[in-house]
Amino acid sequence: MVVQTPNGFNLDNSGKRIVVDPVTRIEGHMRCEVNVDDEGVIRNAVSTGTMWRGLEVIVKGRDPRDAWAFVERICGVCTGTHALTSVRAVEDALGIEIPDNANSIRNIMQLNLEIHDHVVHFYHLHALDWVNPINALKADPKATSELQQMVGPNHPLSSPGYFRDVQNRLKKFVESGQLGLFKNGYWDNPAYKLPPEADLMATTHYLEALDLQKEIVKVHTIFGGKNPHPNWLVGGVPCPINVHGTGAVGAINMERLNLVSSIIDKCIEFNKNVYLPDVKAIGGFYKNWLYGGGLSSQACLAYGDIPENPNDFSPEQLHLPRGAIINGDLSTVHDVDVRDPEQVQEFVDHSWYTYGEPGKGLHPWDGVTEPNYELGPNAVGTKTNIKQLDEEGKYSWIKAPRWRGHAMEVGPLARYVVGYAKGHEDIKDQVDGLLRDMDLPVEALFSTLGRTAARALESEYCGRLQKHFFDKLVTNIKNGDETTANIEKWDPSTWPKEAKGVGMTEAPRGALGHWIKIKDGRIENYQCVVPTTWNGSPRDTAGNIGAFEASLMNTPMERPEEPVEILRTLHSFDPCLACSTHVMSPDGEELTEVKVR
Amino acid sequence: MQPKVLIMGIGNVLWADEGFGVRCVERLAEAWAFDDNVQLLDGGTQGLYLLPFLEEADVLLVFDAVDYGLPAGTLKIVKDDEVPAFMGAKKMSLHQTGFQDVIATAQLMNQCPERLILIGCQPEELEDYGGGLRAVVQRQIDPAIEVALHELKQLGVAYRPGKGDETDLAHESIRHTAYEEGRPSAEEACRTGDDRFFPQAS
Repeated sequence: MVVQTPNGFNLDNSGKRIVVDPVTRIEGHMRCEVNVDDEGVIRNAVSTGTMWRGLEVIVKGRDPRDAWAFVERICGVCTGTHALTSVRAVEDALGIEIPDNANSIRNIMQLNLEIHDHVVHFYHLHALDWVNPINALKADPKATSELQQMVGPNHPLSSPGYFRDVQNRLKKFVESGQLGLFKNGYWDNPAYKLPPEADLMATTHYLEALDLQKEIVKVHTIFGGKNPHPNWLVGGVPCPINVHGTGAVGAINMERLNLVSSIIDKCIEFNKNVYLPDVKAIGGFYKNWLYGGGLSSQACLAYGDIPENPNDFSPEQLHLPRGAIINGDLSTVHDVDVRDPEQVQEFVDHSWYTYGEPGKGLHPWDGVTEPNYELGPNAVGTKTNIKQLDEEGKYSWIKAPRWRGHAMEVGPLARYVVGYAKGHEDIKDQVDGLLRDMDLPVEALFSTLGRTAARALESEYCGRLQKHFFDKLVTNIKNGDETTANIEKWDPSTWPKEAKGVGMTEAPRGALGHWIKIKDGRIENYQCVVPTTWNGSPRDTAGNIGAFEASLMNTPMERPEEPVEILRTLHSFDPCLACSTHVMSPDGEELTEVKVR
Repeated sequence: MQPKVLIMGIGNVLWADEGFGVRCVERLAEAWAFDDNVQLLDGGTQGLYLLPFLEEADVLLVFDAVDYGLPAGTLKIVKDDEVPAFMGAKKMSLHQTGFQDVIATAQLMNQCPERLILIGCQPEELEDYGGGLRAVVQRQIDPAIEVALHELKQLGVAYRPGKGDETDLAHESIRHTAYEEGRPSAEEACRTGDDRFFPQAS
């Protein structure tokens, strides 16, 4: 049966059903089902989060000043972003203003996390959708060296001997049967288009990126006191500054600041000489594969982030843009007010929750997280062993957030589309430059590859912003301001009896909001709407499909039983389902089941 | 020269018995002091973030909740080459896949510690989000520390009664006692889903 969704997609679930479960190389647990037609083209897509995440329940009744420590444990990747969002929500509720240094340090940490996440995502979670490390064994090191010097002439590691060494290391690794990191690949699938030399170059950079990411995270240790799970503070940052070398142990001194500065420079170099050239070089071989745009050309949402000055979140003060685009109208960017009960609402008609009545949308301040696990009438299997979901009924643990009723894409591409539409100078320059270099029209942006490219551009931009805030911090310290926290309202006796607030960030994966209600000094209600809730949302009451589902539509698959194309597009969102379980067999192999029904 | 020793607990404290490893290191720091060559670390739920710590270590001792298919609360110690295989055994949680990858990555980069010791405890319950350690697992914290001290002694690593360095442990608001006192009941925390996550449910 063919159904047209209000957001313009023709869904046809009559063809062969393919189930991919779990989707690997993501954070958390996710399942995907699609129907393909006789030509192997995807005509219906169903994405589902298969794990309950009742974080809201866990922080209820706790001290709001501690909420960051709990939300930081939601997952293994964007830990700091959740903590930052949480302290912002509490500060918003209680009217706490943070000092200038705290704003600069938080921005440096947040930008650092964006870069870390983007680099790790591209090389370690996503590259293998485009790059074939097994094919790299066939490469000629000399030709690889020439390729390197052509695409990234300023990168010092480019000799034939260097690539030969890496190739030998790789060979040893593969021959030892430890395929570990590279297992579960469909390495002979014709969807892989790179010549062996490009595969070797990219695989080599995979290793270099591993080395770099170890350095990047040291910024979190310096400012957060520890890593993993750095420390945060309502009212500022928990690191005293003392550049005169006397005073508290562990205070930020010049030596530490110099280390931060050198790490920032390394990020900038890597983005410029390796990451961006790689995206262009790899993308160049896939210019005919411009699928996966989904909602990006019609509905994008960004909350904005990286305020130039503390406590000022007005759109013109934010380095990462805020705005909403709907109905494919790029000439109008709507402002976003996350407090407005009419704007952000979550629906649960197709989610395993209940609000007591159908068709209802709730603003997160009034959010309810009450589970209701039931399968639709046409589901195959049982509640404890689902063979096939029924998307007509409830089918996901993810709620369906909507902006004024629209399903939205969030993330680096959404930020860049919003920025581009607003005429954001840095973003426009970057995007136009990339399109020119690759000889592609602006429409090419609305694709899986566009999402991947936006992430690389953003990483480069974040590197420059990091430097900006570092310089700002140092200037401010040199001018004698060493304040990092405002503790005027630390004591709960200074708080109102009831308060509510919202914290917003642009997490690496997209718009992130935490809504908090405080009563008698304790958390009364806490709701997180995370980026993957937006992108991975199931259908809503009106039948609109979410960004993951939309992005899979109309993509041709080379071999439906080898879902390279599905993984490629889903990975381009960097899904993070922030939960807990992977399915493993007794011999330690990850069991991804691909079922064709 | 003294070997550099990393003593790390991994797991997600929000997932009931998954918190075993992190709690072991907390307890260790409450009772034992070490020289500067030993680092105590809350590894939490993180994967690649842990690489820089592995790179610096000669000896890695990990506490973790591991599903060996044994009776709940059973301690099992595996060493060196056996460690990665065991960490990939049977039904596993997010961080273990992560940590197995971390070890594989460290090996690929020739940065894996020479000696690996995994002190694992068979969990009773992992699927109680917001829950705490079950009694049978909690009782194994002290025995696990005994094992760790014995292993450290064999390697010539010094320790003495006292306080360990808590710099790299979890923030106090989420330490064992604070966490347990404020957590919701199992009913509130909800357990529902498909049977691959809920081995006892089917």
